[in-house]
Amino acid sequence: MQRAGVTSQFEIRIEDKTYVGADGSKLTAISEFVLDVAPESMTVLMGPSGCGKTTLLRIVAGLDGRYRGDVGLPPDTRIGLMFQEPRLLPWRTVRQNIELVAAPDFSAKDLEHLAQAVGIADMLPRYPQELSLGLARRVALARAFATKPDLLLLDEPFVSLDERTADRLRRLLLDVWQARPTTAILVTHNAREAILLADQLVLLAPRPTRVVAVETIAVPRAERDPKTIDAIHADLLARYPGNFSSR
Amino acid sequence: MSLSLAPTETEQGSRLLSGPLISILSVAGFLLVWYIAAEIAQSRMLPGPVAVLQYIYNESVHGDLLTELGITLWRVVASFVVAMVIGSVLGLAMGQHPGLNRVLDPWLIVLLNLPALVIIILAYVWFGLNEAAAIGAVALNKIPNVIVTLREGARSLDPGLDEMARAYRLSYWSKLRNVTLPQLQPYFAAASRSGLSLIWKIVLVVELLGRPNGVGFELHLNFQLFNVTAILGYTLAFVAVMLAIEYLLVQPIERHATRWRNKPV
Repeated sequence: MQRAGVTSQFEIRIEDKTYVGADGSKLTAISEFVLDVAPESMTVLMGPSGCGKTTLLRIVAGLDGRYRGDVGLPPDTRIGLMFQEPRLLPWRTVRQNIELVAAPDFSAKDLEHLAQAVGIADMLPRYPQELSLGLARRVALARAFATKPDLLLLDEPFVSLDERTADRLRRLLLDVWQARPTTAILVTHNAREAILLADQLVLLAPRPTRVVAVETIAVPRAERDPKTIDAIHADLLARYPGNFSSR
Repeated sequence: MSLSLAPTETEQGSRLLSGPLISILSVAGFLLVWYIAAEIAQSRMLPGPVAVLQYIYNESVHGDLLTELGITLWRVVASFVVAMVIGSVLGLAMGQHPGLNRVLDPWLIVLLNLPALVIIILAYVWFGLNEAAAIGAVALNKIPNVIVTLREGARSLDPGLDEMARAYRLSYWSKLRNVTLPQLQPYFAAASRSGLSLIWKIVLVVELLGRPNGVGFELHLNFQLFNVTAILGYTLAFVAVMLAIEYLLVQPIERHATRWRNKPV
């Protein structure tokens, strides 16, 4: 399934990303950012809101080329990207939205399986405007997986959902992802979400964005129940009060 | 948004009023007023609806009315297609490239304010009294309106969907078909709606000034004969054609293109 070059480790190196404001003033968003991403693992970038996480992800996705540095991805890397908003095409049905970006070898049967797995099988002939935000997110998740991505990027995919819906979607993400492990980078400001999902947890400091610490979470995901997550959270809070104190 | 509650009697009443019945009543009322006015006037200058309909029938069966309508309709369609294609391409380009917009904007404003008559006269003087000059002149009158509308459309394209298309590496044509054009649909609808009505009015002027056939030519001829029945007959016949296009072509297409909008669960 995976193609050569993509399964290997790759390095994100951003020396400098500067915005020029409307008044001509310069704002350094990211500087001297270096991160190794392990293959077929879930890397979670965690930092407070507005710390340049989305900027970072956009650079990795190739949506923003105005920076100094290098993202060591092979040029034919297939990317699945889940934005903060679902960003579905409202004039296409759910099925058409997924099929539009799907990998060439993604069959109708694959679609049925995927739709079943994320619980949108009944929604395929509908238009996105008929869906709730939770359902639209599921569609966006399915779309990201339908590309059979080499690299999966998730930008706060569960933000502004109620906690129960968000939690169900997190489990769902893990189910689909574990069925076909892909190198994945997820961005969040939610500590519990980060601890639940991460293999590698990258703590960020804002403005300019830099890496505070990289923590490996060794507990197998199956054993990460609320109690274990609380324990890990308490431990991290003690060591990085700046990143884990709830504000 | 409509709630799916059982309709009450008053709601059913107001639905009748908002349905086709009220439109039909409105037209019937107009015909009645016309009929009464013509009966009172008893003048050649104001024939009644019956006389006009009689004229339309006779000219369709024994005369050239259908041919003339066809010729004018052909000119309307040709000018419309030319104007929409050129106007859309230019409008999109100007909306997406500010540099090009700065270059072309003064000419756009000039063209917007140039009277239709000037363009028509110059086209006939420079290119001769031929079909291409006629259609070109009409299209040139409509193109700036299309540009202005589609330029607004291009400026309002959703950058979020654009990013989505780039992240998923959609091809140029796939992006155009699936992401860009559907967003512009309301702007196309607005441009073509106002376009058809503007174009058919200008086509008549073009025909009056320099064509040997068409509704405009017939109107000119009958104006010289002071034949008001014929003038009203031709006008009504072509208005009927335009109504048919609106209700049988434009609106069904629009309904199809916007079928995804506002469907309650």
